[in-house]
Amino acid sequence: MLRKSQKLTSVIEWGTLLLSTLLVCFFLVVVIWEIVSKGASQLSWEFVTQVPTDGMTKGGILTPIIGTVLLTLITALFSIPFGVACAIYLQEYAEDNWLTRTIRASIRNLSGVPSIIYGLFGLALFVQALQFGTSLIAAGLTLGLLSLPYIITTTEEALMRIPNSTREAALAVGATKFETIKDVIIPSAMSGILTGVVLTLSRAAGETAPILFTGAAFYINGTSGFVNQEFMALPYHLYMLSTQHQSIDEVRPIAYGTALVLIVVVFLLNLTAFYIRYKYRKNEN
Amino acid sequence: MKTKLSAENLNISFGTKHVLKNVNVSFAENEITALIGPSGCGKSTLLRSFNRMHDLSPDAKISGSLKLENLDLYSKTVPVTEIRKRIGMVFQKANPFPKSIFDNIAYGLKINNLPHDKGVIEKALREAFLWEEVKNDLKMPATRLSGGQQQRLCIARAVALRPEVILMDEPCSALDPVSTLKIEELISHLKEKYTIVIVTHNMQQAQRIADKTVFMYLGEVKEEGLTSQIFGNPVNEVTANYITGQFG
Repeated sequence: MLRKSQKLTSVIEWGTLLLSTLLVCFFLVVVIWEIVSKGASQLSWEFVTQVPTDGMTKGGILTPIIGTVLLTLITALFSIPFGVACAIYLQEYAEDNWLTRTIRASIRNLSGVPSIIYGLFGLALFVQALQFGTSLIAAGLTLGLLSLPYIITTTEEALMRIPNSTREAALAVGATKFETIKDVIIPSAMSGILTGVVLTLSRAAGETAPILFTGAAFYINGTSGFVNQEFMALPYHLYMLSTQHQSIDEVRPIAYGTALVLIVVVFLLNLTAFYIRYKYRKNEN
Repeated sequence: MKTKLSAENLNISFGTKHVLKNVNVSFAENEITALIGPSGCGKSTLLRSFNRMHDLSPDAKISGSLKLENLDLYSKTVPVTEIRKRIGMVFQKANPFPKSIFDNIAYGLKINNLPHDKGVIEKALREAFLWEEVKNDLKMPATRLSGGQQQRLCIARAVALRPEVILMDEPCSALDPVSTLKIEELISHLKEKYTIVIVTHNMQQAQRIADKTVFMYLGEVKEEGLTSQIFGNPVNEVTANYITGQFG
């Protein structure tokens, strides 16, 4: 009797877990199916190589694609060097005292701050105080700030995983601390660092809130590309086509196409991260 | 025999933990000296104080004098990198760099501004009895070698710098008996050129390779002397109990 009830309990436990998993997968599949089925018909070479025309009811999405690429580039140029350097300092140089612990805790907390807050902060600092205006550079730096805590945290974790015996190996042959970090620690931690960087950038590329007030434009004529000017970006273009456009029904297919392109871009970035990790793992073993 | 490496009135503590207590010990040139004793007796701590590995621990306090011949190892005028070049180290677990076999040896030479052409690399690999096994795969990542080969590579990396002393911290504890035997053979061979201090848990190993043995217990040197004397006719009662396996 006891056995039977135990068996029943375990079936229920197992079933609940399986059901939760299936439910999550179900929604994921539905979302992707919805976007692919309605957006796929839009996809063509013209769609990704032509600028929007006729009040964005026709033409492609080249302008927002260029905007997003440049935006991500500025974000990367700003956040990678500072983020990695900060993580190296915290992990390899800083003494373990209350100040270091406070800095580290603050950085962890920053990664939990809603992205709209970063948008408002970017508006106050870059757009107004530093007089960059609403521009590509102001939005890129804002996204850079958003990315910093993630890059610092993932880089620190990658450095933490390097065993002390590796550091000792370099020191024992007469390397200085800096040489040890530059020649041995960073190369060992590279797969972890790069994975963190790419995943962070793919997240930044899809953000809308931080660029809303700092530089993203409803529409610009021709292709964007100047750091001191406004730009169009894929996530904002999608938001705008779905809710702000005067003829929403007409542009709906373009909105789905944009969503699909955005998802494909983010997916490719994630795939790059997995490939980097796979390649380094293979070299390590 | 000439004394190569020595410690006088050495005291080391980490925080409130007093690990080495007034240690006086010296190691003769071109000899193998084994440091034995139960876990926690301070033998690794003593070994690592010679190439200043404790510099990494901010809470380590060291007093007393440590010398390589007449050179004060903790003198502020001698760069620590110079000391580590002259006193090489092989660790418990093989720790090759995440680089190719060739670069594993070339790296130490490069940063010390020494020649690192293929001839030099070959010589170091030959000295570590590894050349024949790897001569066709010098570009291969070192991590693909077996555990025993990796440890011999680490020895090659140390000897490439032509140090005067090589410190070995239980170099065989993670290896199978066949690899262990190879490394022991290698160590016995290396004493012609280098002074070797080896920490070992394995008392048979100490008897197989060491000329002299130092027995440590609870942070003190209890007894030192010829290996045959320490194992055949120990003076100290604690030593006798340890080598007959009554504790440890």
